[in-house]
Amino acid sequence: MPLFLLKRFATLLATLLATSVIVFLVLEILPGDPALLVLGIDATDEQLAVFRHEYGLDRPVLERYLGWLGALLQGDFGISYAYKTPVWPLIAERLALTYPLAAFAMLLTVVLALGLGVFAASQHNRPGDVVIMGISQLGISIPNFWFGLLLILLFAVNLGWLSAGGFPGWGGGLGPALLSLILPGISLAVVQAAILARITRSAVLEVLREDFVRTARAKGLSRSQALWGHVLRNALIPVITVIGLQFGNLLTGTIVVEQVFSLPGLGRLVFQAISNRDIEVVKAAVILLAFTVVAVNFIVDVLYAVIDPRLKVRDV
Amino acid sequence: MDQPLLTVRDLRVTLSTARGPAEAVRGLDFSLDRGETLGIVGESGCGKSLTALALMGLLPDNGHAGGSVLFRNEDILRFDERQMCDLRGNRLAMIFQEPMTSLNPLHRIGNQIAEPLQQHLKLSRRQAWERAAELLDRVGIPNPRARLESYPHQLSGGQRQRVMIAIALACDPDILIADEPTTALDVTIQGQILDLIRKLVDDSGMALILISHDLGVIAETVDRVLVMYAGRAVETGPVHEVFAGLRHPYARGLFAAMPRLAPGLAYPRPRLPTIPGIVPDLLDLGTACAFAPRCVLAEPRCRGEFPPLVAVGPRHGAECWRTDMTEERP
Repeated sequence: MPLFLLKRFATLLATLLATSVIVFLVLEILPGDPALLVLGIDATDEQLAVFRHEYGLDRPVLERYLGWLGALLQGDFGISYAYKTPVWPLIAERLALTYPLAAFAMLLTVVLALGLGVFAASQHNRPGDVVIMGISQLGISIPNFWFGLLLILLFAVNLGWLSAGGFPGWGGGLGPALLSLILPGISLAVVQAAILARITRSAVLEVLREDFVRTARAKGLSRSQALWGHVLRNALIPVITVIGLQFGNLLTGTIVVEQVFSLPGLGRLVFQAISNRDIEVVKAAVILLAFTVVAVNFIVDVLYAVIDPRLKVRDV
Repeated sequence: MDQPLLTVRDLRVTLSTARGPAEAVRGLDFSLDRGETLGIVGESGCGKSLTALALMGLLPDNGHAGGSVLFRNEDILRFDERQMCDLRGNRLAMIFQEPMTSLNPLHRIGNQIAEPLQQHLKLSRRQAWERAAELLDRVGIPNPRARLESYPHQLSGGQRQRVMIAIALACDPDILIADEPTTALDVTIQGQILDLIRKLVDDSGMALILISHDLGVIAETVDRVLVMYAGRAVETGPVHEVFAGLRHPYARGLFAAMPRLAPGLAYPRPRLPTIPGIVPDLLDLGTACAFAPRCVLAEPRCRGEFPPLVAVGPRHGAECWRTDMTEERP
């Protein structure tokens, strides 16, 4: 593995460790006593003490942090206060919806944004460019939950093509499950695609001005040959950087969109867990989301090295 | 049969700018025979690079070329994009000033040289790589086969310019246009690259248009020279004749402003002569001599009427009213 990837891997581990500290501390100082919330205000001091002991809440902070971290490393995400069951199966069930949803939205974002961005750049300042940039300005301004509602109105209420929400589960076959992800996926992707299309356009325009593009044209390549053969790969570096950052936005965006479409995903679980002060679930979910974002950005770093040979010999 | 390979007639390049159209090249005439070498010299902004780009059909988006450029008896300014693509890198090849940025940093050297071969000669990738290795050998890069696998950042500036030359040579062009090919290089490397270009031109019989602001480079490399000022050829002729007796006041000023190594470096060192004033605003060129405001010999006529092309030798001409004043001095 090249040196720079080793460094990035170390950064990944450090980021996760720091995240675990922050998540633990923030939830520690959050007001609201889980014991009181679960047992109710009528509970006796004795009952509260038993609950706190049972869940280890009476031990010192450092000890509890290390215990939690150690358990995490062994794949043990703790026990939910509210459901009284292990956290991991709860989360795993929800991830089966949220990960595919985020991946679908990301795919949609990338396809739309690259297509439109490259086209707009190739039409620089001509009508095609102006129209696409106008639409993308609109896309950036639309809140995704509101766009989700519009989609429901059009495709579910008026046209009746797709259901307004809910998730049939993967057990009922791939088709119905994927169909139910289409509208939420689109409403998640629109804003991100609008942003990414602009980034793609400006990255392509920047590379188009490079000397080596003139060299490519001087070899006899047509504009489009130079664009696909020489410009695009060079323009990808800023684009995939933004894609990595957008993946985090998409994951957090699912929290709102899952509410709009009544999807039983991780976002809804976290939302409910926060209202219930089900801290074990919140901690596990947040750590998992952080891990996903960091892992995606690590993949982005690997892609840098694939795209740009200069990274293999010197660090950036 | 005896038509020149390239005939440029009344070439005009207009750039549309925020302040209006700027005439960067204003009626340039020259011709080039098979195997001939022509130098175009002038200071920055005189239109020499735009002339080259106009010949290649690669003007920037805000540029427009007028006049005619006859290449093998066809006006290539009237060619459509597809026809120009067939010429570029095939019959007309060009190398640029900045070898550091003229190669694609993400592609292997082999692919970059193979590209015109695959494009024009329809070679397979394997055949094109074979040829690319031969080309690298021809431009003097040691261990060519290994170098094909390299990326540009693994090469020095001089080596990258050699690669650019290899790309230009790939399809045996009729004309090689070299725009300041040595300006960005170390002095020691400059000589090597010029020698290489000269040798390749001699061996292959292609014609060369060498663009430079460096009179020394021009004097050493080409048969014929064209001195450009504000988009016009102000003096032109065989290089030995022109340099032996420059007749246009601008050309004389340019020559005098060239730093030289004086034997036995005297102190105080003499100040280098300069041409007073600045290059004129291309948006505001009237019908008079563009050099008149800076010219020590200027008289009222120079500011009122466009100067004629005066034949000052059999093939040597200068576009000036005052060639009588510049006759006998060296």
